[in-house]
Amino acid sequence: MTAGEVTRQSAATRATGRARERLEAPVRDGLAVAWRNLVGLVRVPQLLVFSTIQPLVFVLMFRYVFGGVIGRSVVSVPYVDYLMPGIFVQTAVFGAMNTAIGLATDMQTGLMERFRSLPMSRSAVLSGRTLADLARNVFVVALMTAAGFAVGFRLHSSVAAFLAAVLLVMAFGFTMSWIFAVVGLWVGDPETAQAAAFPLLVPLVFASGAFIPVSTMPGWLQAFAQHQPVTRTAQAVRDLVLGTPAASDIWLALAWDAAIIAAFAPLGVWLYRRVV
Amino acid sequence: METGHRARTALRIGAWLRGRWVRLVSSAAISTQGLTKRFGSLTALDGVDLTVPAGVVFGLLGPNGAGKTTAIRILTTILRPSTGRAEVLGHDVVREPAVVRGLIGLAGQYAAVDPNLTGRENLRLIGRLTRLPRRRFRPRADELLERFGLAEAGDRTVRTYSGGMRRRLDVAAALVPHPPVLFLDEPTTGLDPASRLALWEMIRELVGTGTTVLLTTQYLEEADRLASRVAVISAGRLIADDEPARLKERLGNTVIELRMPDENRARQATGMIAQQLSRSPEREGAVLRITARDGSRLLLDILHLLDQHALTPRGVAVHESSLDDVFLALTGHRAEAADQEEPPSSAAGPDGAP
Repeated sequence: MTAGEVTRQSAATRATGRARERLEAPVRDGLAVAWRNLVGLVRVPQLLVFSTIQPLVFVLMFRYVFGGVIGRSVVSVPYVDYLMPGIFVQTAVFGAMNTAIGLATDMQTGLMERFRSLPMSRSAVLSGRTLADLARNVFVVALMTAAGFAVGFRLHSSVAAFLAAVLLVMAFGFTMSWIFAVVGLWVGDPETAQAAAFPLLVPLVFASGAFIPVSTMPGWLQAFAQHQPVTRTAQAVRDLVLGTPAASDIWLALAWDAAIIAAFAPLGVWLYRRVV
Repeated sequence: METGHRARTALRIGAWLRGRWVRLVSSAAISTQGLTKRFGSLTALDGVDLTVPAGVVFGLLGPNGAGKTTAIRILTTILRPSTGRAEVLGHDVVREPAVVRGLIGLAGQYAAVDPNLTGRENLRLIGRLTRLPRRRFRPRADELLERFGLAEAGDRTVRTYSGGMRRRLDVAAALVPHPPVLFLDEPTTGLDPASRLALWEMIRELVGTGTTVLLTTQYLEEADRLASRVAVISAGRLIADDEPARLKERLGNTVIELRMPDENRARQATGMIAQQLSRSPEREGAVLRITARDGSRLLLDILHLLDQHALTPRGVAVHESSLDDVFLALTGHRAEAADQEEPPSSAAGPDGAP
């Protein structure tokens, strides 16, 4: 086979169904990479176990340590019912750290370089990672729900509303994954990724209305806490779970998701094309 | 004389036509012009011009940090060049990266396989990502596992593999889509001798079926065994581009090292060898180094000569020319970053190895 023949052959292959290819390829490649990441998750169960224990600890801590202080005078419902929506959102945010660590690990092991030399879609490594982390989030949030019911959490609304709330949490976790994809590609090694993610996560999760109403915070912090995406998502989830009017809060939360993905997905793909 | 003249003319025309024909039919598999890559103030590649004909093994030699991996990264579309051009089978790596990716296979310096997947799953993943249909990549994965001696380990996770097994799987992964151009970045570094030989055999087979292989290595022997052409790269510049035999001719292929008891006697021995055997040893303190093509004969002569003058070396080592020696010959100075991973092939004396 001469060089010329090879070129002609591949030119012919390229010509057929190029348009269809352009639509299908990112999805197919993304799913292949997601499958690979999920297999890894199942084969290293320690990772899943320990990253599940962490939010469980949070449930118990907040429920029983702060639950006594934060009574009806602060929140208008039993604290556990106020808390759980916040825990769901927090779980999704902390789970997104996996995205950074996973991508940074692929860079360190050289697997990223192999992917970049393959004729696969440029977005697939990132979408495959974020999709796998989304699937993982479904599992962890299901577990959190069970834990919540075990410590006294009760639905004030319908099952349909609760499922909508879970979807919101998933959408938010997926959104955060794109932020942390950028962090992971930026720093390029798993230890640094973890260290870089933490100072980003803590103010987002704790300077928010996830666990307590923001009204007790000083004015300058309130301005941030009131509007940032964790608060907005936690509020929308809480509305759905507690059965209070939710429409505008849901739209706000979804607007945050859309804005963040619109900014960070292209940035991530741009970084992926450049990093080694 | 008339007929002789005519015959010569006919021969000349024939040769000229053949030359044109060859140029038309077998265009270069890889070519670069003025390829340059800068990282900030560091120039990793500095105006490299390379032409790799189709269907051969081309060896790219150089010490760590010479720019070999940077060159491979540019040719495999992972990095963009700062200036200059690079083409794979006539396709520009910057303007048509997607086409180039469909024509190449890459096996990197470290085994880029997923430790959590099994060997078989790794190969199937590559098959899927290179757009092979399932009915093709499944048997292909099995076939490659078989060929690389991984059939039994195929369903174990790569985490349990030895370094050599991972390396073989890495090369197998690069071969899944039958790439016409294969890049192997130091494929045998850290491999045991048996695996190294098996891989060499594999590379020869591939070239037999028309694949072009660009191979980087630190070992002259490897390039010598496999490559029909070798380029030497140092500090980002191409310092030689020739057939391995001609390179070796230029520097000899055996290196003899003599460790004398002290510097004084080393100086004495140097003079003697220069005078009587007309060789010019290179001296570093008490150590003499002589590069030669007739190594064993010369060694006998040297030992005989030294013995006659009651000069006994404290240690003697003989080894095949390493890349380091190529460098010494080509540039006049040692390749600072060159690894000394391989011990000399034979050593004598209590502290024979330097």
